[in-house]
Amino acid sequence: MLNRIYALFVARNLEFFRDRSALAWSILLPILIIFVFAFAFTDDNPEKFKVALVKTAGLEGATARFRQTRFIRFIEYDEAETNLHKVERHQIDLLFDPNSRRYWINQTSPNGYIVEKLLVAAFADSGESLQQNLVEGDEIRYIDWVIPGVIGMNIMWGALFGIGYVIVRYRKFGVLKRLRATPVTAMEFLSAQILSRLWLLVLVNTVIFIAMDYFVDFRMLGSYINLFLVFTLGCINMICCGLVVAARISSEEVANGILNLFSWPMMFLSGVWFSLEGAHPLMQKFALLLPLTHITDAAREIMIDGAGILQVSDHLLVLGVSSVILLVVGARIFQWE
Amino acid sequence: MPVVLQVANLVKSFGSLTAVNDVSFEIRQGSCFGLLGPNGAGKTTTIEMMEGIKTPDSGTIRYQGKPLGERFRNEAGIMFQTTALQEHIKVREIMLQFSRFYPDSASIDELASQFALHDFLHQDTRKLSGGQKQRLLLAMAQINKPKILFLDEPTTGLDPQSRRNLWKEVQKIKEEGATVLLTTHYMEEAYELCDEIAIMDHGRIIAHDAPDALLAAHFDDVVVQLHAADIPRDIGEREFHATYRNDSAHIVTGDVNKTIEHLLQFDIPLDRLRIRARDLEDLFLELTGKELRA
Repeated sequence: MLNRIYALFVARNLEFFRDRSALAWSILLPILIIFVFAFAFTDDNPEKFKVALVKTAGLEGATARFRQTRFIRFIEYDEAETNLHKVERHQIDLLFDPNSRRYWINQTSPNGYIVEKLLVAAFADSGESLQQNLVEGDEIRYIDWVIPGVIGMNIMWGALFGIGYVIVRYRKFGVLKRLRATPVTAMEFLSAQILSRLWLLVLVNTVIFIAMDYFVDFRMLGSYINLFLVFTLGCINMICCGLVVAARISSEEVANGILNLFSWPMMFLSGVWFSLEGAHPLMQKFALLLPLTHITDAAREIMIDGAGILQVSDHLLVLGVSSVILLVVGARIFQWE
Repeated sequence: MPVVLQVANLVKSFGSLTAVNDVSFEIRQGSCFGLLGPNGAGKTTTIEMMEGIKTPDSGTIRYQGKPLGERFRNEAGIMFQTTALQEHIKVREIMLQFSRFYPDSASIDELASQFALHDFLHQDTRKLSGGQKQRLLLAMAQINKPKILFLDEPTTGLDPQSRRNLWKEVQKIKEEGATVLLTTHYMEEAYELCDEIAIMDHGRIIAHDAPDALLAAHFDDVVVQLHAADIPRDIGEREFHATYRNDSAHIVTGDVNKTIEHLLQFDIPLDRLRIRARDLEDLFLELTGKELRA
């Protein structure tokens, strides 16, 4: 059995590495995306400052005046304490609680310094005193934030199309039929495809990770082993999704449509490019159904916050359980023809 | 000779179409069994059920007295009518891959010599000519040293030279003791290679025996063949019950002398006259009403 899996594994790897254009594209595309997003679209937002306000019954007086300041994007939070880390990482320039009149800024943030002046000016004639709180932390650039998502997205494309499309093409052109006429079992064939794609995805995305780190020196606070675990589990999950799609279809067009139906919502609703914070609660709940959300969030927590394995265990659990379910479904409904 | 493969009451339908309708036959060890039929007769569906690729709706297939199982998969060599191979893989690599599927496989170098693959052993399989690809597929079907070999129209699309070369290979395989099941469009091929043939039409077997026995059972006459231009169609059809195919007129007769005298009465030129025995092509036409390669 192992001999047969090994034979199919080798053949699939050879196919992948010899298809030079596809290989180059799978490595270059995510790097290009990073460059475009990191450098071309970094400074086109007219709202230069971000201020978070803790929710209060009604804004009045100096707080209302401050709230009317133009070119500041105001975000509302339920409470201050759980969002302080955003000030630490410069994701928010200032966090203000109108109820207690306490505010938090990062001393090293130039934007925080300016917004603080505006806040103090708004309260200057009010007779109300403000209480300054300082936090510390390095700035999180957009590129630091977006890289986990881009790698997750690349895993998604590589797995869904690398497994789904390849198996459908094998079926359409009769490769599966020829394999079925040998002692190879469906489980052996699927195992070889999963292992080959898993190893190739891990390899390609490791190359991308190293290349991007070299070029943009992104933030990585957590453990590389934990990050490897998250991405590997993400690869397995996406491969299993691809298996389910490819289990019976023999038309490349239909497979293409279904794979796009899976992948495009994930592209935009999994928080790869933009934070879902502030989005409609239903959309946020829907995002939790998408595996890419869990891959991206877990990777971000490890890379940006330095989270440990226990802190991302909820994401790993979702990815692990859904992988098992998808694998069982994919293997059960798989048909050679 | 003992029976190797036994097919009984095989039925397979696709929607309202019954592609194979109650087909039964047996294949004896070391023989070459030919399955003939016009397009859509059900022969590929039959052979694919025997290969374990398609599941019959009803009926049984037994190999060495047992249902198709692991032993069959290890001992059967299969060459489909059309086969795509994985892309970007070289001939030697694909042979190596397939050899790893079996517990006991033939030497790749020996197969390469036997099927003259050495010139393109390191070539991408996508770059092979039709004849080269058929040779490779036949070699791949031999990689597990099969005891039974399925060949589904192995020479379709090949030039006459390549076709004859492939016949030689099949003859060699037969001589080595393997059992062969062959479907073909070519009567000459069936006559050359098969010990037994079954003719299928509309999903049923309509004739089954050794080629010579079938001819002897159906024909005791010969064909007088003329160029169509030499015998006007109205005279040919009225006086001689001739049938016209392509450029020739065929007159079936049990008395050649009498037919020639009759032709001379109508001043039909005999310069291009040929007399031939009835062949499988005629038998096929008579039984199915269709030309084999139509």
